[in-house]
Amino acid sequence: MKKDFLSHIDKRNSFFWVSSIVILFTLIIILLSEAYGLNLVSTSFTKVLGKTLCLCIVALAMDLVWGYCGILSLGHFAFFGLGGYMIGMWLMFERTKNIVVESTQNNVLPLTEIEISEAVGTQIFGVVGGAEIPLIWSFADSLLIHVVLILLVPGVLAYIFGWLAFRSRVTGVYLSILTQAMTLALSLYLFQNDSGLRGNNGLSGLQNIPNLDDFSQAELSIWFLVLSALTLIFTYYVCNLIVNSKLGNIITGIRDNETRVRFLGYKVESYKLFIFVITAIISGVAGALYYPQAGIINPAELAPIASIYLAVWVAIGGRGYLYGALIGAAFVSLASSYFTGGQIPNINFGVFTLKWVDWWVVILGLSFVITTLYAPKGIGGLIERIFRRN
Amino acid sequence: MNSFLKLIFQLFFVLIFSNPLYASESNNLEKVLNNNFKLIIKSSSRTIEPVIEDLLSTKSPNLEEFLKSWRNKELYYVKKSKLIAILKQKNSNGYELLQFSNKTSLGFFKKKEIKVIKPNSGVRSKISNALIGFQLLNDDPKVRSKSLETLTRKFNSKYLIPLKNALEKENNPDLKKRMSELLVFGTIKYSQNEDEKISSLNSLRGNMSIEARGTIASLLESKLYVSNKMPNLPNLARNIIPGNSYKNADGSSNKPFFYFNKKPEISRSEAIDLLIKNNFLKDYITPSRRDEILKQNISNSHIEGIPVKQLNSSEERNNAYNLLVKSGKAIPLKSDKEIDDLIKGHFFYAVYKEKSPKVINTAKLVFNDINYKVNFYEYLDLILDGLSLASIYFLGAIGLAITFGVMRVINMAHGEFIMIGAYTGYVVQLFIPNHTISLLVAFPLAFLVTFLGGVAMERLVIRHLYRNPLDTLLATFGISIALQQIAKNIFGTQARPLTSPEWLDGALVVNDVLSISLIRIAIFVLGLIFLVLLLLVMNKTRLGLETKAVTQNPMMASSMGINPDRINMLTFGFGSGIAGIAGVAIGLFSKVTSELGADYIVQSFMTVVVGGVGNIWGTLAGATMIGMLQKFIEWFNPSNTLAAQTYMIIFIILFIQFRPKGIMALKGRAAED
Amino acid sequence: MSVLLEVNGISVSFDGFKAINNLSFSISNRELRAIIGPNGAGKTTFMDIVTGKTKPDEGTVLWGEKNLSLLRMSEAQIVEAGISRKFQKPTLIETQTVFENLLLSLKKSRNPLSTLFYKLSIADEKEINIIANEVNLTESLSVLAGQLSHGQKQWLEIGMLLAQKPDLLLIDEPAAGMTAPERKKTVELLKRLSQSQSVIVVEHDMEFIKSLECRVTVLHDGGVIAEGSLDYVSQNEKVIDVYLGR
Repeated sequence: MKKDFLSHIDKRNSFFWVSSIVILFTLIIILLSEAYGLNLVSTSFTKVLGKTLCLCIVALAMDLVWGYCGILSLGHFAFFGLGGYMIGMWLMFERTKNIVVESTQNNVLPLTEIEISEAVGTQIFGVVGGAEIPLIWSFADSLLIHVVLILLVPGVLAYIFGWLAFRSRVTGVYLSILTQAMTLALSLYLFQNDSGLRGNNGLSGLQNIPNLDDFSQAELSIWFLVLSALTLIFTYYVCNLIVNSKLGNIITGIRDNETRVRFLGYKVESYKLFIFVITAIISGVAGALYYPQAGIINPAELAPIASIYLAVWVAIGGRGYLYGALIGAAFVSLASSYFTGGQIPNINFGVFTLKWVDWWVVILGLSFVITTLYAPKGIGGLIERIFRRN
Repeated sequence: MNSFLKLIFQLFFVLIFSNPLYASESNNLEKVLNNNFKLIIKSSSRTIEPVIEDLLSTKSPNLEEFLKSWRNKELYYVKKSKLIAILKQKNSNGYELLQFSNKTSLGFFKKKEIKVIKPNSGVRSKISNALIGFQLLNDDPKVRSKSLETLTRKFNSKYLIPLKNALEKENNPDLKKRMSELLVFGTIKYSQNEDEKISSLNSLRGNMSIEARGTIASLLESKLYVSNKMPNLPNLARNIIPGNSYKNADGSSNKPFFYFNKKPEISRSEAIDLLIKNNFLKDYITPSRRDEILKQNISNSHIEGIPVKQLNSSEERNNAYNLLVKSGKAIPLKSDKEIDDLIKGHFFYAVYKEKSPKVINTAKLVFNDINYKVNFYEYLDLILDGLSLASIYFLGAIGLAITFGVMRVINMAHGEFIMIGAYTGYVVQLFIPNHTISLLVAFPLAFLVTFLGGVAMERLVIRHLYRNPLDTLLATFGISIALQQIAKNIFGTQARPLTSPEWLDGALVVNDVLSISLIRIAIFVLGLIFLVLLLLVMNKTRLGLETKAVTQNPMMASSMGINPDRINMLTFGFGSGIAGIAGVAIGLFSKVTSELGADYIVQSFMTVVVGGVGNIWGTLAGATMIGMLQKFIEWFNPSNTLAAQTYMIIFIILFIQFRPKGIMALKGRAAED
Repeated sequence: MSVLLEVNGISVSFDGFKAINNLSFSISNRELRAIIGPNGAGKTTFMDIVTGKTKPDEGTVLWGEKNLSLLRMSEAQIVEAGISRKFQKPTLIETQTVFENLLLSLKKSRNPLSTLFYKLSIADEKEINIIANEVNLTESLSVLAGQLSHGQKQWLEIGMLLAQKPDLLLIDEPAAGMTAPERKKTVELLKRLSQSQSVIVVEHDMEFIKSLECRVTVLHDGGVIAEGSLDYVSQNEKVIDVYLGR
């Protein structure tokens, strides 16, 4: 009875299904893995799957902020990248420090802190013509602080930007363009050599986890897969909780009729800010899990186009359906790497040869147009229709 | 003994006759030749200068000829009589020589009785230098011009007088100008005469040429000193506080409260180096020296009983070192405070190379005066730069502004229409080699192509998504990535040239600081033409009025019999067409790639957002603001154009706080959603 | 009776057009008031100003016993102070059920965290049922608001106002799209409401105004031209000229 009154309740118990599927999937991969199983799934493919789970996490965030709250943010992949940079700083610093200390074991005098930091500085910033460790790396030797920063940096940036944007009642396409501008500003900033984050070289060697040298990449890939899967399940739980609460009603209310919600006495700006910041933090966490698996992060990853692709995944998967976002992100990102990976034979039409590497993006772009035109609710909408019919 | 006396005599002679006062009493060339005979026949570049000075001081009319013959190895000397001569003829009787000074024949000589004077290359160049003075008086202006050029390259104090003489006689106005310029620069650099220098400096007031600025700057060069006494010099440039004071361009110093991106003139460590170099600081043990001494004193992995492994901080190392000092194995370290006191107790200052305070003051005055003017023109250049960037943004954004204003639709593929326009220009050039004609064809063709593209897009996609602007944004984004990739597939990833006609290659040179490239002017003019055209279309044509009506109140407009579908279609086509034309223009000065449009799209969006929706003047204001702002920030921090863009975007986000609807916002009910 | 809302000399102009021109207006506690006037008289703009949607160029808007200035408050703060508004065009969250629309309107904490952890209590459910009953929507609690008829939408919006328990209700054209019996019910509802709170009704339908039996304010060109009982203002020459017609 009560369920009928509430349009927002998780009627199909999607959390149960999603978490079961993710756990099952992870177990199967472990069973087939190089490190702990039958050696049927390569380490590199395990990493691809682990990264895909991270992309699913950021897609959830995007769905929450766009599909539910109606803010088409073209900046959430920037938060994702920031999370990656935050963990990357620790990974790179700690590892370089270990290498420096190790390589100077045989020095007559043991190194002082200053000498270590000089050596690490030269190692890390030599490529951008620097030797000093920038101020923003002050805490790079502390994993704990950097884990906090993973949450804090995207969160604070989202808070400042959101506070400014929502306060001035910028909405709709205006807001999208502003978020895009923010993303562009951030990536341009990171591109310069004196950003303190190695300019367009980015941070590299992130797949090597300091102090865990005993573990092989094969083993680490599985551990990251598990960690990503657990984070995904937790994120799904949080997002599900939000959308099925009264808060969920309010944010979809803001999406559908902002004026009404405002004149019901809700501070629309606070709600938008709340969602914007929460999703930015989720994106940051996803990025922090993604980049140790990718091994390298550079400013190009944060370019506005990446955030737009994120919107594409969610749109294809179905906005307003949390599981839709998962399906969209997993499906499109895996398909993209498959089609542009060059493994698929080209199709010969006689006069014209269809090279998948060249034409995949065109097909993706056009199918995206078609989705928007004819299936605005995406894959999630189709699934929902099938359920309703039964 | 004899030769020694002769040398003394020679020296005496040189001293007397090199005095210009004495020389004016017409020194006889022959005498000088006699006196310097040995140095002339066996010359080296080290000893020849006084001889040439002597020769020049004779002011003999034959001097030029003599120097030329000497340089060209046409002079002989007779071994017996020690006379310098030139060859008149050579026949069976032998060599007939003429004495150089009076051209009287010395008779015939056998080959072994005479010898050619062969100056080496060093000497020859010295002679050539001396000849310049004569060449400046040559009848042929070409020779004069050439020697003036040579002179400009290797001017020194010796040429001041010949140049002055030449200037008096010069009648070619162009050469006269160049000579007087050179004279002014030369006087400032080399003259010993204070008044002359000052008047020359004053004549440069307001002259912005690089030579003038360089010359004055060279006068204001200064050298660093350190002393334990307060300097009291008339030509003191500045006092320096290590780590705290900055050098100004005119050699003075100041202690600003805030100085962007600039380091103090000397740092603490540089001050220490200076103190060491000048012996004010002795026995200073640098950290690396300390470590070396420590290493030398290791025995059994211990230093004075301390295990080496413990020495992993500066303090520990200092402690170990102090133990070494105690046991007399090393000299004591100096504490930071001692060093600081030492630095404070000494005076760091710079002294102008120029001695005369009067000259220095004039130079400073003129230098600052010129700088003031240069700054003015640099600002002007900055503003013009900003304007041309603004025209580009205006061209890129105006189509977007129209479609956004009328239809509330953000066309993410707008940038790709710009790109298509640029590629159209490139393709047209493949068929029409004449750049002017191809450009004339390309503009309308690009408009047509993108207009049709826009209409097709409106019909097929956008029409179906009017109710949800965010969906349009996404759908047009899909089209954008598809178009970009298609362009990449067709034209490849490398940049394609879109060459501008030759008559656009040059620049309009206003003065030494300000020159405006013609292409920038052309873009600006194109922007203006667009502005006027659009204003005409929007205000004077039916389409324009209908468009305006739909912008302001679509419901009302449609009830007045305006077909909004038709208006939307045409507007979209029109906006896209303008993007195509902008693409041709942008392609002229940047490389045509598939990402050309993407590079401009965010700025174009910003322009529309800042300017306010649906208003040509708003777009103009937005473009001007963003263009100017970007150039201004770049000027403020020229090393970093990427950071400039970052700051600009942050500024725009903040600007939106104060004017959420842009500079030219619609108000009232029409402005709502 | 003490004054609840006092509007003093407000003016606002859009691009030179004076939508409100030196308008003064006041309403007492538990008073029912009708505002009439031709299109463009400034009725909606007046409501925009009171609810904080539009800021006037000059003038003051004072609220309640403490004489709070509404001009310095945001829309949400004004709602919390006790002013609720029904829009001319039914403004609901159309993608949510009637029940949810009412749930969101209940007078509860409005900060994000407390809404996240909100649990539907029996008391709240009861309250929603009472309100639904009052606006004849008991049968439609599980229907999406967007699927209601126009009249039902109007009622739902009024119901949402009731749920907020305001001191002053601003109701813009409540009768539009209603059948005659529905109107009658609406009139009764408004009259009953005015016994516990103040109500301002903007309406074109003169029959409807007449049945409200309350004081009437006539607006024209952004100012008040007459105020009094309906009979009294109907006699006013100017009102007849600009609004009622001869």
